[in-house]
Amino acid sequence: MDYFAQQLINGFVLGSIYGLIAIGYTMVYGIVGMINFAHGDIFMIGGFIALLSFLVLVSIGLTAVPVILLIVLLVSMAITALYGWTVERIAYRPLRHSFRLAPMLSAIGMSFVLTNYSQVAQGARVKPVPPIITGGYMLHEGSRGFVVQLSNIQIIVVLTTVALLLIFTWLVARTRLGRDMRACEQDQTMAALLGVDVDRTISMTFVIGAALAAVAGMMYLLYYGLVDFLMGFVAGIKAFTAAVLGGIGSLPGAMLGGLAIGMIETLWSAYFSVEYKDVAAFSILIVVLIFMPTGLLGRPEVEKV
Amino acid sequence: MPGFAFIFKKAAISAFVALVLFSLMIGIRTEAGPTGQLIYWTRFGELASLVAAVFAGSIAIELIRQWLGPSGAANLIPPAMQEHLSTAGRLVAPALLIFTFLVPVIFYNQRYILDLAILVLTYVMLGWGLNVVVGLAGLLDLGYVAFYAVGAYSYALLATTFGLSFWTCLPLAGILASLWGVLLGFPVLRLRGDYLAIVTLAFGEIVRLVIINWQSLTGGPNGISGIPRPTLFGIPLTPGDDGLAALLGIEFSPTHRIVFLFYLILAMALITNWVTIRLRRLPIGRAWEALREDEVACRALGINTTTTKLSAFATGALFGGFAGAFFATRQGFISPESFTFQESALVLAIVVLGGMGSQLGVALAAFTMIGGFELFRGLEQYRMLVFGIAMVLLMIWRPRGLIGHRAPTVYLKQAQAISSDLVKEGHG
Repeated sequence: MDYFAQQLINGFVLGSIYGLIAIGYTMVYGIVGMINFAHGDIFMIGGFIALLSFLVLVSIGLTAVPVILLIVLLVSMAITALYGWTVERIAYRPLRHSFRLAPMLSAIGMSFVLTNYSQVAQGARVKPVPPIITGGYMLHEGSRGFVVQLSNIQIIVVLTTVALLLIFTWLVARTRLGRDMRACEQDQTMAALLGVDVDRTISMTFVIGAALAAVAGMMYLLYYGLVDFLMGFVAGIKAFTAAVLGGIGSLPGAMLGGLAIGMIETLWSAYFSVEYKDVAAFSILIVVLIFMPTGLLGRPEVEKV
Repeated sequence: MPGFAFIFKKAAISAFVALVLFSLMIGIRTEAGPTGQLIYWTRFGELASLVAAVFAGSIAIELIRQWLGPSGAANLIPPAMQEHLSTAGRLVAPALLIFTFLVPVIFYNQRYILDLAILVLTYVMLGWGLNVVVGLAGLLDLGYVAFYAVGAYSYALLATTFGLSFWTCLPLAGILASLWGVLLGFPVLRLRGDYLAIVTLAFGEIVRLVIINWQSLTGGPNGISGIPRPTLFGIPLTPGDDGLAALLGIEFSPTHRIVFLFYLILAMALITNWVTIRLRRLPIGRAWEALREDEVACRALGINTTTTKLSAFATGALFGGFAGAFFATRQGFISPESFTFQESALVLAIVVLGGMGSQLGVALAAFTMIGGFELFRGLEQYRMLVFGIAMVLLMIWRPRGLIGHRAPTVYLKQAQAISSDLVKEGHG
């Protein structure tokens, strides 16, 4: 039972990270109708930038951990957001009205570019980071000495996710930009006729998605203590699975799907086999798409001729 | 016509964006030191030159754009010349075929070129196989490498475990891959477009992960080695007394086997091509093309989309399996590393670059891609980077491929305008 409780906590934390990435997928799919294949790599870039800015800050003599973390968070969000913007500007915008496979293939190409760009720029080896946030709370001590723990880093990951989610929900529901985004999601032509700058709105969608992915990248770095150039691919597919499971286009759905995937993956690793955890995640993707393509919270899609 | 100030401003913005993007990723390089602690050093020289390159490149692109004018490159070739070009275009395929047949004769002593030619032909065959699924039936398959893997592992396992010969295993490998194609086809029947793509991608990854982890069967990451070489219908190509060289009374040379492999893959590729061309003229081929053009209309016309899709998957997978078996026998060693998503993407890029449905286009694209890859052999880590950049640029420049040919085999010769009188409300 204690073991199970611990796995639930771990799964929840992992799920928060997936959820943050999944929001980027779901927003872009909702508005542009394409799978932003490069989004997983944006997450990876976010992790790298967090690592590099952390190194710089430490070497110029900053010692206060909260200050460092805040600056790292802001810097990686800003730079990664610019990556998101650039990817959209270079690879997707010229193909906005092309035939339907073109943006998908361009996105796959972009994913290769980003993966191999970081390999060329930072080398192929895994970059380990010493634990920055340590300590935690002992929740419960079991009969056989098994301790259910909640570490500080887990608390930070979950709190950051919740805070960002609140800000983001407010952004979509209450601001001009959010209204523009919802308008573009429904009908781009009509939105443009009513004075919405569609290109700018789509750009902003990519920027926000990338910023959230950067946070996920930083959290991943803090939680697992490593980054490498290949981590974007699998994490990206799992986050996409989360977006589909939650119902693509739905923001709470993306978060819910992320948590579900995180839980399933953690529990699968804990009780079945670690080797096949990715197989489990991919199988869920297939099963979900076949049996409930609209996901948990998605709207059924009406087929138009 | 925008002036120099505009161009300069645009380039300056690009350079600034590049500066921010590259500031940390290029400007600082980190690596785990000898004690496991991260160390880092700065690379401001590289950063500066990259930003300068973006600045110069941005100016160059803008100038080229102005020089070409708004209508693009289409008007560069005068109409008279286009006619000559189309006549020449019809001669390309036979000329290429004759040249391909002569490759082992011309380059007999150049092992490197022969090996490269075999590689190109393998990808031509894979491209033609995937072309059935993507180009003809319009089903975006990102997991094609799974069938390639199934074919390769089928042959390797059957040959090393039961000692079956290449020629017995070849059809078996094809059939097994084809079965997997149907297996994948069933669940994805209802999906289309991007969802289909992502499910096939997941399928390809599952196959690869199972191969890695099922160590008792597949040898895991170590792969399978000692896969038997192919024989000329039972006559081995070895220096021994029963070898082909001894039977023909000529001196043995290892090049014989390479030449044999070359003609083997050429024959397999040509059979793929021939079958595809024949299938296009059969009802099933017509149904594939109809499916690609419009699935709803297809169903309305009474075409069974289930069997149509399944047969497309099965046919594509069959050729993938054949190519896989050939790959295994040529290499003599296979491991999961050869069947990554990158391979799927490469084959898909070949099909798309070739114009999705054009047989000649796919062959030319395979030649260009694999040849281009070869140019970067010394720069291993830049290869995929350049591949990715090329894929993005090609999509932007020619989204419909180099040979933009996707015309259905049959279509109405004359487009008829229907008078509005006939379709007015209240009239039949």
